Amino acid sequence: MSEQWNDTKFINRQSFIELSARERAEFLFDTGTSRELLGPFDRVESPWLSMQGVTPQADDGCVVMKGRISGQSTVVIAIDGAFLGGSMGEVSGEKLTAALDLACADNEKGIQTNAIMLLETGGVRLQEANLGFAAIAEIMASTLVLRRYVPVICITAGTVGCFGGMSLVAALSSYVVMTREARLGMNGPKVIEQTSGVEEFDSSDRALIWAIHGGEQRFAMGLADALVEDDAQQMVEAVRSFIAKGVPAVHRSSEVALYRSLIAALDPSRQWDPKELRTTWKAGISKEVTR
Amino acid sequence: MSEYKGIRGTVWFRAFTGQASPLSGDPASVLTADAPLGKDKARFLCVVPNPAGRFPCARHGEVGLEEAYTLATRVREVIDEDKDTVKRPIIAIVDVKSQAYGRREETAAIFLAAAAAADAYGSARLAGHPVVALVVGHALSAAFLAHGYQANRILAFDDHGVIIHAMDKEAAARIMRRSVESLEELGKTIAPLSYDIRDYAKLGLLYKLLHVENPEHPSQPEIQTVQNELIAAIDDARNSPVDLRSRLESTGALEMRKASILTRTMLAAQWAEIGH
Repeated sequence: MSEQWNDTKFINRQSFIELSARERAEFLFDTGTSRELLGPFDRVESPWLSMQGVTPQADDGCVVMKGRISGQSTVVIAIDGAFLGGSMGEVSGEKLTAALDLACADNEKGIQTNAIMLLETGGVRLQEANLGFAAIAEIMASTLVLRRYVPVICITAGTVGCFGGMSLVAALSSYVVMTREARLGMNGPKVIEQTSGVEEFDSSDRALIWAIHGGEQRFAMGLADALVEDDAQQMVEAVRSFIAKGVPAVHRSSEVALYRSLIAALDPSRQWDPKELRTTWKAGISKEVTR
Repeated sequence: MSEYKGIRGTVWFRAFTGQASPLSGDPASVLTADAPLGKDKARFLCVVPNPAGRFPCARHGEVGLEEAYTLATRVREVIDEDKDTVKRPIIAIVDVKSQAYGRREETAAIFLAAAAAADAYGSARLAGHPVVALVVGHALSAAFLAHGYQANRILAFDDHGVIIHAMDKEAAARIMRRSVESLEELGKTIAPLSYDIRDYAKLGLLYKLLHVENPEHPSQPEIQTVQNELIAAIDDARNSPVDLRSRLESTGALEMRKASILTRTMLAAQWAEIGH
């Protein structure tokens, strides 16, 4: 997509990252077709935060919208990275699981319903610890079922990125869309530094962080399916192209033999330059997979 | 909360299968074996420490890159082999410290590795394999997401050395800017925060809590009892839907996950109301 990118387009673009979770979700739909479900006026919020002195939010940081994209019935679930770091609590987690299950039930009835998740999240909300944790396991289970019927598309645009248990949800999805401003990984740099030491990961080294977790690197390694500019229209086009593509023949998370062999070929006696993995992984993947 | 020792996995794997060695080509950190369980032959899997492991951040009972892809391989093998026959039960024996926290792991996408293991377990469940997780020690964070949390049924020992939690206590306290003591205090009134397995059991996610006097040295009758409980869980899973709805329909969930149930009910009603 970047070959058509020039200064005029850059100046006229609508930033996607600057949009709120609600605006991001709405932007993806065919104009005027979206309706929010369980919105802020329904006031279904976390029952666990007030008792810990944390102010809850009326939508619990999760926006569910249903409507049409490319004329097809689609549900978009957007995690609000601005509320408690996009963390998954009981309610936000259940919104996600229930929306995926409802889409699944429609598909089972022959009503094709696609699903898109906008993930800006650090993972489990620690104030709701084991309920957020359980919710993520259930979101994963529901993703596994739904992706049999329709492509499940995950977008991480930035700036929070997608970490913790929710990175597994992205990995289970059919297609991952990222921008250069987004990051995708399991453990954040600070947690690695605190657990394994500064020589393992210097969390103040921003270049290192982006070299490993950044959208450009994830796309170059074949771990994301599209790298788009911070442009809402490009995001819409990416989503439409993956909806048109349909369910992939094999999902990335089921390519066990391929990835096991890529790991076996690594030399763990040293740290790697992330760029060297781009070449070896991309070559290995294109040899075996026709996604 | 007891320190992770990493010996319980081997103890229980050996109790059920009579041995404790990896399959050919697998790292020493993943034990896999088929062994009789009631009328079935079941596949047992366990992650154990491997001080000589290739990856320095995955030597002490963590689920790292090799562990995750090995689990995925050994679970998928069962799905393939049983395609046209009786679906073998799959038993995940769980005592995992955490996922591996390392730069190599992040660079080589441990998030995908863990998802591949979860994908395998979840796909086995959806294919009709009864998948049972037996938590004998620690079941922490993404390590449990990769190894155990996709099971139809989860059983755990009612023991102070058993912990199921999103994050280890010290790290959680640090991030929440609380002392470990104040986090423990909070857990006494807010069940989802607690590190006590009995509080976890209140959430309705467990199929059963089992009592074993000393899980590091089980007696023969105790092993027999646990095997019978596994057989009962397998039977129950075989006669139930292959999804995870039992976790939200349990007595515990009716009390502790009221907000989840409300969310689900209201969302379904509004979804139906707007149509397609």
